[in-house]
Amino acid sequence: MGMTMTQKILAAHAGLDKVEAGQLIEADLDLVLGNDITSPVAIHEMEKMKVNGVFHKDKIALVPDHFVPNKDIKSAEHCKCVREFAKKNEITNYFEVGQMGIEHALLPEQGLTVAGDVIIGADSHTCTYGALGAFSTGVGSTDMAAGMATGKAWFKVPSAIKFNLTGKPAEWVSGKDVILHIIGMIGVDGALYKSMEFTGDGIANLTMDDRFTIANMAIEAGGKNGIFPVDELAIAYMKEHSTREYHIYEADADAVYDEEYTIDLSTLRPTVAFPHLPENTKTIDEIKEDIAIDQVVIGSCTNGRLDDLRIAAKVLKGRHVANGMRCIVIPATQKIYLQAMEEGLLKTFIEAGAIVSTPTCGPCLGGYMGILAEGERCVSTTNRNFVGRMGHVDSEIYLASPAVAAASAVTGKISCPCQLA
Amino acid sequence: MKAAKGTVFKYGDNVDTDVIIPARYLNSSDPAELAQHCMEDIDKTFIDKVKKGDIIVATKNFGCGSSREHAPIAIKAAGVSCVIAETFARIFYRNAINIGLPIVECPEAAAAIEAGDTVEVDFDSGVITDVTKKTTYQGQAFPEFMQKIIDAEGLVNYINAGE
Repeated sequence: MGMTMTQKILAAHAGLDKVEAGQLIEADLDLVLGNDITSPVAIHEMEKMKVNGVFHKDKIALVPDHFVPNKDIKSAEHCKCVREFAKKNEITNYFEVGQMGIEHALLPEQGLTVAGDVIIGADSHTCTYGALGAFSTGVGSTDMAAGMATGKAWFKVPSAIKFNLTGKPAEWVSGKDVILHIIGMIGVDGALYKSMEFTGDGIANLTMDDRFTIANMAIEAGGKNGIFPVDELAIAYMKEHSTREYHIYEADADAVYDEEYTIDLSTLRPTVAFPHLPENTKTIDEIKEDIAIDQVVIGSCTNGRLDDLRIAAKVLKGRHVANGMRCIVIPATQKIYLQAMEEGLLKTFIEAGAIVSTPTCGPCLGGYMGILAEGERCVSTTNRNFVGRMGHVDSEIYLASPAVAAASAVTGKISCPCQLA
Repeated sequence: MKAAKGTVFKYGDNVDTDVIIPARYLNSSDPAELAQHCMEDIDKTFIDKVKKGDIIVATKNFGCGSSREHAPIAIKAAGVSCVIAETFARIFYRNAINIGLPIVECPEAAAAIEAGDTVEVDFDSGVITDVTKKTTYQGQAFPEFMQKIIDAEGLVNYINAGE
């Protein structure tokens, strides 16, 4: 019986020739990540451990991004705690305001995540790096503390679901539509405890930013990780961004999967997840009624990358957001922000009546920078539409791609760019 | 040895960490402060009604969403002695074990137990007793390795014990 791609990476990091689903292992970590919400709890827990500092100052990444620039005094205290810990332990990869970005866009861009890595992060969207062929998964603060102290973490080896992607997505269909389609199909616990392994010749038709978006939302199907094979595009990305050595693992031909799905990308349509679960999906064609909205958010670790901003700008170019609409665009990193500026995308957003914010997770989790009032509706390129996620308990979030979000900002109701005049 | 006994608060599928502890309160990491807002967006009266030792019972995928450890911390600090569910989201599952919040997976108990029932859980045997309905259920046992972390009352103690 062969191993899946995930199982091979885990076996190699546990010093074992072979692992199988359900086995408990201890694996060496290539990177341990935390943010301004989760790191203070981890730092506090680590202080209780009988250890002398961190296991490796280059293999820890601390990225204050959720409530940064500090939104209030308590957040400022949390960030101060992280900053002081980073300084005391000489953490190489601490990212201050000015260098920071949303963690899951920032770390690949900084070359800190490469194929074959085992990465844990005290943030559920740590699964994003599977786009590069790494095993990465979200954990809590105590696991982060143990990881920082020991450089190891325990895992139950996951079984896997295989998604065979074929064909080429149509215009205005992107990675977000692919992953929303999958979550709609298998449900928010459809991949509970499991790997989501993507294969197939359709992957060649997905950009790296599409793949980051897809891997990012593996957790919204309950997945432990999402992972892509390492092709020429992924190698080119790593060579451009990283000096680290990468390791390519491939699933065995006789690897065992709990389930297998084939998805023809050419048949997918722009897809929207209705409140209050990411599995409540409808294609744009299935939305018959007008759904009036108050706010649009384009950004986040899911969809705040350059491709996302380019698509949104293409839709908004020469158009204006609807009367009374608040359209908030948040480039995910400083580098993306700068490039968007140089390409004229920010000018397009501002001329269209949108605002452009410094990188932050902000509104995605109801932190700040776009909180919803009672009864308000938002079309958002973020990843969760749970009750109260972006503000008032009686507000609503509709998850969609940057293309649909931008078109919706123009019309004031949920729309596809194909429906614009 | 260890057991829990309390009154049940019952919830449904996919209770996410955003309703367990909304992110607007995550500018604090103080357990007592977090507990004041526990379950606020799904059950406004929870924190006023919950008594030390009470038990949460929910159906599938309890604790889905964010990795915030603040969620099990808030539940524990609110006085809850055990969470029983059909299934738990995986990060919540790890976090609960790591901070020493007892959790038990048991689909039958999760389906049958109702709000207000008095329930007892024996952590050694995994047996769940609905005292009100006079029924018992067998919860799923933890793998030995996890049981050691649970016995040490969390990952920090486990690591300090040099296991």
